[in-house]
Amino acid sequence: MSIEKKEFKPLIVAFCCNWCSYAGADLAGTSRLAYPAEIKIIRVPCSCRVNPMFVLRAFQRGADGVIIAGCHPGDCHYTSGNYFARRRMTMLFSMLDFFGIERERTRVDWVSAAEGVKFSTVMNDFSKKIHELGENRRLGDLRCKQTIDR
Amino acid sequence: MQTNNRPVKEIAQEIFAENQAERILGWKRGEFFYDNSPAVFSAADELQEFVYDAFCGSNLSKFLVKEAAKEGRIAVLLKPCDRYSFNQLVKEHRIDKENVLPIEIDCDGMVDIDKVRALGIKGIKSISADGDQLTIETVYGQKNCSKEDVLLLKCQTCKDRTGGDRFALVREIEEMSSVERYEFWRSELSKCIRCNACRNVCPACTCEKCVFDNDKSGIANKANSDSFEESLYHMIRAFHVAGRCTDCGECSRVCPQGIPLHLINRKVIKDLNEFYGEYQAGADDSSVGPLTSYELDDVEPDIVMNRGGGR
Repeated sequence: MSIEKKEFKPLIVAFCCNWCSYAGADLAGTSRLAYPAEIKIIRVPCSCRVNPMFVLRAFQRGADGVIIAGCHPGDCHYTSGNYFARRRMTMLFSMLDFFGIERERTRVDWVSAAEGVKFSTVMNDFSKKIHELGENRRLGDLRCKQTIDR
Repeated sequence: MQTNNRPVKEIAQEIFAENQAERILGWKRGEFFYDNSPAVFSAADELQEFVYDAFCGSNLSKFLVKEAAKEGRIAVLLKPCDRYSFNQLVKEHRIDKENVLPIEIDCDGMVDIDKVRALGIKGIKSISADGDQLTIETVYGQKNCSKEDVLLLKCQTCKDRTGGDRFALVREIEEMSSVERYEFWRSELSKCIRCNACRNVCPACTCEKCVFDNDKSGIANKANSDSFEESLYHMIRAFHVAGRCTDCGECSRVCPQGIPLHLINRKVIKDLNEFYGEYQAGADDSSVGPLTSYELDDVEPDIVMNRGGGR
């Protein structure tokens, strides 16, 4: 019996704000712009809905990268949500970096509803980075390993 | 020790004599001379047990959350560093200020008994402080050592004295490569026995329902079952107190495994200072914390990616 070496297929979680980035993803779709299928989009009402725990939870359950996409600063549907998210995520990413988690695994980007092209560029670029980094071994939970069906 | 040239015990007695408060939150001797514990005194004759010496490291502010809610005014003895936690709790409306009489007392550094033992001094019977020198009575006779060498970790970089650079170690870790950092924290955090002492003592952790008590959270186990859980517990805890941590250093003081937990909090404080301007939580009881406010031209999260430090 030989051990088959599986090709690395990353799992990337994208938290997209309902008002801008999720619509941006829609636009990317209707414009027939390709972005990698390994990106799983989770729709959130606002980028500031993303509790830092969500990001850690995603890593626990086997994500190799987490990206948070929201409205451009100043364009938040709720006026100030993304400003809070910006501070919060800066602190979280810095802390993850301090713990020795590769800093490229996390990212925040601002994508408006009109930026389908930007959405697909950002996602392609992020996925490329994750492919370079390889599997997330430092922040996964062994208990969750068996249940992940990639 | 004294405050305004008066022994602190005398001040406590005066509070009861003049009826300034019905209860006093202070310290009493524990089982050994070096484990003085927080205690509430409700009558003058109970003050016989009162102590204030070089082993009163514990921060009394957190006890006020429960004690100040009870009937009767309570006086609390606050060392300069405890004052920050007190202000922070008042700001968060966790303490009813009207019901509390804060008494500021002097402190010239608290002693860590483990550091005295690490000097190879055995059979310690008692320790008395005289200025910068400690006189240690042991079963092998009298010994001396410098107080500076055996100070509690949090007292070495005291905010109110000319302490050392409190971010020196944080900077050192930042300069490591990301693998080294990962290894460093793995080796430290894998010691964690999840006694939750750091959470229980932390004056910023005063939620009545804590996420770590929710057994559906997946991180509420009594023992960590995975390396992820060890890291997650400390990450979440550091994030919950981010912007509110006064850097009182209690977490590292109580850790039975000697994990340098204060470094995580200091890293957060250092970042907040760097990105959003100098801020000392608890310096007053009204300012808005850095994570509950924002500026239009804040740095983008990319800064983490692009700045220096080890990769």
